[in-house]
Amino acid sequence: MKKKMFFAGSGGQGALAIGQMIAKAGMEEGNEVTWLPSYGPEMRGGTANCTVIVSDKTISCPLINDADVLVAMNLPSLRKFESMVVPGGIIFINSSLVPETSTRTDVKVIEVPANEKALELGNDRAANIVMLGAILKETGVCKKDTIMHQMEKMFSGRKAKFLPLNVAALELYCK
Amino acid sequence: MSKVLMKGNEAFAEAAIRGGCKCYFGYPITPQNEVPEYMSHELPKAGGAFIQAESELAAINMAYGAAAAGGRVFISTSSPGLALMQEGIGFICSCEVPLVAMNVSRGGPGVGGIQPGQADYFQVTRGGYNGDCRIPVFAPANIQESVDLIYECFDIAEKYRNPVIIFADGMLGQMMEPVELPPKKEIASAEQIAKEKPWAITGTDHHEGRNVVYSLRLQPDVLESHVNHMFEKYAEAEKELVRYKTQKLDDAEIVFVAFGTMSRICAEAIEILEEKGVKAGLIRPISLWPFPKAAFDEIGPKTKVVISTELSMGQMIEDVKMAAAGRWPVKLINRTGGIVPSSIEVAERALKALEEVKA
Repeated sequence: MKKKMFFAGSGGQGALAIGQMIAKAGMEEGNEVTWLPSYGPEMRGGTANCTVIVSDKTISCPLINDADVLVAMNLPSLRKFESMVVPGGIIFINSSLVPETSTRTDVKVIEVPANEKALELGNDRAANIVMLGAILKETGVCKKDTIMHQMEKMFSGRKAKFLPLNVAALELYCK
Repeated sequence: MSKVLMKGNEAFAEAAIRGGCKCYFGYPITPQNEVPEYMSHELPKAGGAFIQAESELAAINMAYGAAAAGGRVFISTSSPGLALMQEGIGFICSCEVPLVAMNVSRGGPGVGGIQPGQADYFQVTRGGYNGDCRIPVFAPANIQESVDLIYECFDIAEKYRNPVIIFADGMLGQMMEPVELPPKKEIASAEQIAKEKPWAITGTDHHEGRNVVYSLRLQPDVLESHVNHMFEKYAEAEKELVRYKTQKLDDAEIVFVAFGTMSRICAEAIEILEEKGVKAGLIRPISLWPFPKAAFDEIGPKTKVVISTELSMGQMIEDVKMAAAGRWPVKLINRTGGIVPSSIEVAERALKALEEVKA
């Protein structure tokens, strides 16, 4: 098993964060993982993307030439990166912010109204977690329980009040 | 012990803390900023001292002083920052003071850019300091190896009483990988330092008379014998510190030589070439000085070309040519300025290089 995933959005949307959660879960499930962010003189609202590889074998190169999965949190990310998905791969589109669909016809396109759904739950900042649920359900890259366990640690202490919202967001697409 | 997912820069800092680092002096520069950031909150908790210096010049000279007092000192910077530190590094060599320095390098020259680069190969292996000295340099290819090297390099620096440089690049600093952290070593007490480092400036309570750490030697014969003494250490280092890894050299037609991030791209390029029916192998220098010449003796009889693969205009290639010693044609595959080539690009250019030498 080797999954090459690419997460892109604008800074603050949490694309890098869900990539990191998948990498961490992959590691906890005994796989090899790498998480490689783009970095540069950017700020909230700028572009942000990361590459995640989850594999049952040693990962030689953390850079990818193509991706099995693209997660596009906004329109520029979809347009810029849709060509890198392998035929038969999956593109997740945050349809709340992306009014168009993919130009690709040889991939599976999954539209997730992440911001709307998160807002219905009470806070659209959980949009990335809504998306994460959809990714887990569709790709099976890691188990929901592993992510759930991680969220319990992430949202503890003073942040514990955010746990119910995020659990609900995750479970929206991944019961 | 279980693994944790850590960002390169944070893991580098944690490895230094666990290696018994007493003092860290830093100045912000991308792409190593998470090192001082992490040190600022974690080193004091571990009983060490963190100072954000007013410049790289100040940082290296603070490191010089603290290390002369015998403490384990760690510094980190990125390419132009290391250039600013060169004077201090030369002084530290001459004074025989141990220091572990990390260069999370980026594209140059000058202020250059902030994306990954390896164009500091000359800077770390040849230095920008004056005079006769050498610095052991290690180039890790993943975060685990970086952590293990930083942890160990305090011992190497103390054994040779010389600075040691860890040469990573922006990609290794920014990415995350699972890492197993080594156990925490205690920070040495003043008494321990006085006992284990009789040369250190620990005050007259601990020894007779006073210790002086200095690099000024006005009499040529005194200076010459000091330099000869330093080079006796370097001769030993050249025997003891050679480190490298090889991959599939036996029946390789193409042999890549690459370190750090670039070696990981080559490892994937080898798989791509294999799919095309071309066998390729890899020499991955871990010690850049001393350069692992012995690795080249392991190259098999089928090799037609040796390719130095670098994120620079070709710097390591000089050492590769010396190590190849005319046995194979040596070619260069490179990108620079912060551009990291894809494994596909490397494989295609390697095929072209193979055709050229066969023609």
